[in-house]
Amino acid sequence: MANYSTNEFKGGLKFMMDGEPCSIIDNEMVKPGKGQAFNRVKLRKLISGKVLEKTFKSGDTVEAADVMDTELAYLYTDGEFWHFMNNETFEQVAADEKALGEALKWLVENDVCTLTIWDGRPIVVTPPNFVELEITETDPGLKGDTAGTGGKPATLSTGAVVRVPLFVQVNEVIRVDTRNGEYVSRVAK
Amino acid sequence: MRTAFAYFLLTFKPFLQGLLVNATLWQPSASIQSLKMRAEIIRNIRAFFYKRNVIEVETPSLSQASATDIHLMSFSTEFIGPHFSKGLPLYLQTSPEYAMKRLLAAGSGAIFQISKAFRNEESGKHHNPEFSMLEWYRPGFDHFALMDEIDSLIQCILKCERAVRITYQNAFEAVFNIDPINASLTELKKLCEIHGFENIAKDEEDKDTLLQLLFSMIVEPTIGQDRPCFIYDFPASQAALAKINQENPKVADRFELYFKNMELANGFNELTDANEQLKRFESDNQKRTSMGLAQVPTDHNLINALASGMPECAGVALGVDRLIMLALQKKQIKDVISFDIERA
Repeated sequence: MANYSTNEFKGGLKFMMDGEPCSIIDNEMVKPGKGQAFNRVKLRKLISGKVLEKTFKSGDTVEAADVMDTELAYLYTDGEFWHFMNNETFEQVAADEKALGEALKWLVENDVCTLTIWDGRPIVVTPPNFVELEITETDPGLKGDTAGTGGKPATLSTGAVVRVPLFVQVNEVIRVDTRNGEYVSRVAK
Repeated sequence: MRTAFAYFLLTFKPFLQGLLVNATLWQPSASIQSLKMRAEIIRNIRAFFYKRNVIEVETPSLSQASATDIHLMSFSTEFIGPHFSKGLPLYLQTSPEYAMKRLLAAGSGAIFQISKAFRNEESGKHHNPEFSMLEWYRPGFDHFALMDEIDSLIQCILKCERAVRITYQNAFEAVFNIDPINASLTELKKLCEIHGFENIAKDEEDKDTLLQLLFSMIVEPTIGQDRPCFIYDFPASQAALAKINQENPKVADRFELYFKNMELANGFNELTDANEQLKRFESDNQKRTSMGLAQVPTDHNLINALASGMPECAGVALGVDRLIMLALQKKQIKDVISFDIERA
């Protein structure tokens, strides 16, 4: 099994800790002028989803996690599993609710998501950076108010709630950045 | 036509790659406004020393020897030219300490220098592999007198309150209730486990590594938050180039200055004993071999300078970039230097 040294640490690197694959969120070097260097790492455990801090002695190695990212299109859910398909091989993969996590509120049929596979099963589903969703509920904005002054909440067809400018109305389709859950623009139907 | 296109691609490959890498990396990492304020701070530092009749010096960045410290990684290169057709190995200096001490031994009197220091394997929010260091030496001062002078400089630049002084042992005991100087390896390992460092503690046989871990991760955030804090009387095993304390041989006459989660300066009552210095260099190199690290040539020019008689003095190295970070309230070192390593 391959190893990573602390010098290779960076955001997104995946390695094994306590028998669980985890992903680096942030890596900071801590080094006294006279003394040993350490890496203070913020990481996410990919199965439990837990975020924690761990310190490593610089120069130490960790075991690489045998995880693979694959691009799969979302098909449908049967209520228990969410089914995805490889558009080239037509192979299907089912992910459970835990693997979906936050991605649940950004799932659009036929959108290509990134599924992180470990030990033959999907453990994390990452939606595309941008998705287009229809607004199902929002207060009507005041007439004449076209500037985005703080905005108002809008519920989307998936149940996600985002802040939108006042001029955006029910039944309109909007583009949302899934990384921060922010409104980007209106989409012409 | 095809060959012409291939030729074009090959010729302009570096240029095309450059475009792909990042077209904004030509810009400075610090704002021009920050760089102007930086210039002013550096002018004020120089004025501080001119007023006190401390002479500004310049010493080589490249040297045939370098720091043997097992935790410092020097960059190395090679001079090729007259008299050295086969190449002369040279090291970029991790600090100007050795050359400045040779000036002291040659009778320079009080000296200061603002220069670049180079340390491989160091990069992060508070580290850049090339950084600016302010180093100065005061013949006739002990380290407490030097702390007074550092305190004046810091107050002058940062407009902060007077620094407090705490011994290494007291700072450590205030957090852990364990005496760091006399603690056993087992006790330190247990302490590390309690604080979530079991992965490091389990195979570690070096007490100093565990002390440095506990100090930088747990103790440092508790000190120097409102006003600067000098920590002094470091364990003798971490003396570096400081004298061992005359009354308590378990501690060294070494201090560090901390302020707002930043290690700002490291100073010594300087070791003047040539034999003791040579012994420390050789012991470092033995440790390097046992750790699988390359040995570093001992600086015999420094040893000979000490042997010829260096005046009793105190000296300190202060991170200029970090001082400027504090003055400008910037979170990252790249915010106060023109081009960080990514843009260099």
